[in-house]
Amino acid sequence: MQATSPKQSHAGHAEAHHEEPGFWSKYIFSTDHKIIGIQYGLTALTFLLFGFCLMLMMRWQIAHPGQPVPLVGPLLAKVLGGVAAGGVMSADLYNSFGAMHGTIMVFLAVVPLAFGAFGNYVVPLMIGAPDMAFPRVNMASYQAYVVGGIIMFVSFFIPGGAAQAGWTSYSPLATSIPTDGQTFWLVGMIFLITSSLLGAVNFIATIIQLRAPGMTWMRLPFFVWAQFVTGFLLLLAFPPLEAAGLMQLMDKVAGTSFFLPTGLAVGGQLADVSGGGSPLLWQHLFWFLGHPEVYVLILPAMGIVCEVISNNTRKQIWGYKSLVYSSLAIGFLSFIVWAHHMYLTGMGTKISTFFQTTTMIISIPSVIILTCFFISLWGGSIRFNTPMLFALAFLPMFGIGGLTGLPLGFSASDLHLHDTYYVIAHFHYVVAPGTIFALFAGIYYWFPKMTGRLMSEYWGRVHFWGSLIFMNVVFQPMFAQGMAGMIRRMADGGANYSLARVPDAIGGLSDTIMSLHTLILWGGIGLGLVQIPFIINVFWSIKHGRKVTSDNPWDATTLEWQTPTPPPHGNFAAEPTVHRGPYDYSLPGKAKDFTPQNEPDQGGKH
Amino acid sequence: MEIPYTAQPRKDTGLYNAKVGIWLFLASEVMLFGGLFSAYILLRVGATPGTWVHGLLNIPIGTFNTAVLITSSVTVVLSWAALKVGNFGRYRFYQAITILCALGFLGIKSFEYREKFSHYEVWLNQPVTVTRGGQEVQTDRLLGHIEYQGHHPAFWSTKTLAEKQVESFKFTPDPIHYKMTPKEMAHARKTAAGRKAEEFEFKAADVKRLSAFVPGHSTYFALYFTLTALHALHVLGGAVVIFYIWGPGAKMWKTDPERYTNRVEVSGLFWHFVDLVWIFLFPVLYLL
Repeated sequence: MQATSPKQSHAGHAEAHHEEPGFWSKYIFSTDHKIIGIQYGLTALTFLLFGFCLMLMMRWQIAHPGQPVPLVGPLLAKVLGGVAAGGVMSADLYNSFGAMHGTIMVFLAVVPLAFGAFGNYVVPLMIGAPDMAFPRVNMASYQAYVVGGIIMFVSFFIPGGAAQAGWTSYSPLATSIPTDGQTFWLVGMIFLITSSLLGAVNFIATIIQLRAPGMTWMRLPFFVWAQFVTGFLLLLAFPPLEAAGLMQLMDKVAGTSFFLPTGLAVGGQLADVSGGGSPLLWQHLFWFLGHPEVYVLILPAMGIVCEVISNNTRKQIWGYKSLVYSSLAIGFLSFIVWAHHMYLTGMGTKISTFFQTTTMIISIPSVIILTCFFISLWGGSIRFNTPMLFALAFLPMFGIGGLTGLPLGFSASDLHLHDTYYVIAHFHYVVAPGTIFALFAGIYYWFPKMTGRLMSEYWGRVHFWGSLIFMNVVFQPMFAQGMAGMIRRMADGGANYSLARVPDAIGGLSDTIMSLHTLILWGGIGLGLVQIPFIINVFWSIKHGRKVTSDNPWDATTLEWQTPTPPPHGNFAAEPTVHRGPYDYSLPGKAKDFTPQNEPDQGGKH
Repeated sequence: MEIPYTAQPRKDTGLYNAKVGIWLFLASEVMLFGGLFSAYILLRVGATPGTWVHGLLNIPIGTFNTAVLITSSVTVVLSWAALKVGNFGRYRFYQAITILCALGFLGIKSFEYREKFSHYEVWLNQPVTVTRGGQEVQTDRLLGHIEYQGHHPAFWSTKTLAEKQVESFKFTPDPIHYKMTPKEMAHARKTAAGRKAEEFEFKAADVKRLSAFVPGHSTYFALYFTLTALHALHVLGGAVVIFYIWGPGAKMWKTDPERYTNRVEVSGLFWHFVDLVWIFLFPVLYLL
């Protein structure tokens, strides 16, 4: 395994004196960024699967309202009791699953995977650092994340079940549902926000302070830039949600009225509160996080795609500087677009106009980034391995997701599309076949560095093509449903609503539109089935995958491949010195088609 | 490889790691309190005229507490400066004052809290006549104190009356109400000074709503308690960290004095931030 790097990293070092740490301190309470990265990765993938299963059950309910959920129905009835009597998903349970699907996917699966897992594992290696700047803070960040996750998970089993007011938890609905699910949600969120905060401080400090000699800002791989900007988004956008969460928690447990208006009636009765609060305030504070959060989801994904594309086209990435400046521009602009989620709240047309303008402006740097990736493909001798297939699929899929966002960004067209399935289709194209495909690419790409073995290419391809096809089967029909006027969050998928339609009316939920639910259900089942080869591939390859013959199996230039495999504690045998930019592929006059960042120029010291 | 720049600054940034970390953390803290302050602005601007509570906090005590915190900020700097020139004894002396100031602040704050919990507003079904600023006024909303079976209870609400099956209770109204302007309130306080307050006996059936000055009383008190409690948690956290460095963590002074001094500096930066938040909270909650 240690073909190119000498193994003396451990020996001859101060650490050789230490005793080998036991299982608990090595794998559970580890302060090593690589172990923490893998902890984050496995936990987040588990939540990803869990969130997906919630949705699969909901899709059954939507396609076959009122019928017992097959296979797991009896289990649901047994574990959850009345809300799933007879294995049938009640509307309350549907609401819980919906709220928790969103919460789990965003806060417990995709962000921890993109930022916590990949950022932790790869960033210190890429910048030539021995670890994160604050290893114990790093551990605390993971632990806070686990505690938050446990609180969220446990909330399913308390009387009344988990939160039911959607992942956006709009007040006064969230506050006036008389169960404790929302309280659990809020406490869980406070832990998750703390976790992100500790992670963000650590990432930014690490990137500022621990870059290896010669690793100047403009020599950073784009992935590191993406994580750097993401860190700032988490650092500055999350605290206002924490403030909002604290206030909603006060509303819930201390009887305050931060988000409860005067004269609020619940169940036909005047609520016993002081009133004077503002429901809009919650929405502002929520979306002040909520929109930067979108870029928290997408920027690390773009970073991964950039690394994979450059490596597999064997070319310099086209427009490195444009990528860097665009990601910075996205970072700044993402703080002033939040209210495009709120055009229908009656906040006023002037405000809508402002946010519509900034929303259009922020699409420019996103387009620049995507265009740079497309142009980078031009004239490359592309290696179509599994990571590259996922990275390539990311481009059109994210393209669809991004472009379908434009009609939502204009307040006029948003009037029609707001809160319909069109919105669901739009942001799932961004996050599912977008971000999650990029994350798959990252897993296939960095797996050999983490384990010293490659994942199976054959099953990787099965996973890729299956996912690509079924993702589109699931989400493409939703555009049609949304444009036909199908509203989100209906526990019966609009069955009641479509019964009431006027025969000759244009639009409405026709039988064709309603029957798409069945197609989506089968698409979802197919999507679940093609993840099985992936799960098996990951675990099987840890022990039985093809061994890598070098530390740098992809012939990559960035520093994470210039370490022993897997990297030992402290990462590098000796402090690397960086001599060049991150993507020096196919330099003319070189024997190899890649020149690692730490390789000195000819005529240099060596 | 060991993690570099834990004590020595990095050349191109001029900072050691923890200093970058604490400034980033403070940036997020600014956004946290910023979110709450923006809530204050939005709720206050949107409040129906006459419903915004003001003028009920104890300004002299608040001023004194502000002075306590500012003193602690000064001693934090003095202690760090003493450590910088190697005077460990003086550092310990000044930092002890800092910790005492923190405890003093929290003690005074809890005294203020307690006072509020047994101070009430009552909304009546039928207006009564009270004297405010030397004039008789008809009103259905009174501020004041409750006496029930010889006690001055805390935390009562409309619900408590039913739960405890209270038939009637004594109520001593204040000469003011927050519906009045600051000027009117000052005048009313002056004219009422020295006079014996009138007393009412209210039946539970007379009461539309009863609330102590707790978070649920109004959006103002919701903000007051949320903001000051969050700030008090920061004071407590800062004091614990400073105490840890001052006491059990002081071993590092012998082994790695530079890193130890950095720790004192970083905890001091946090302490200044906590003070600064109070500098905003005091005028916003007490004076405006």
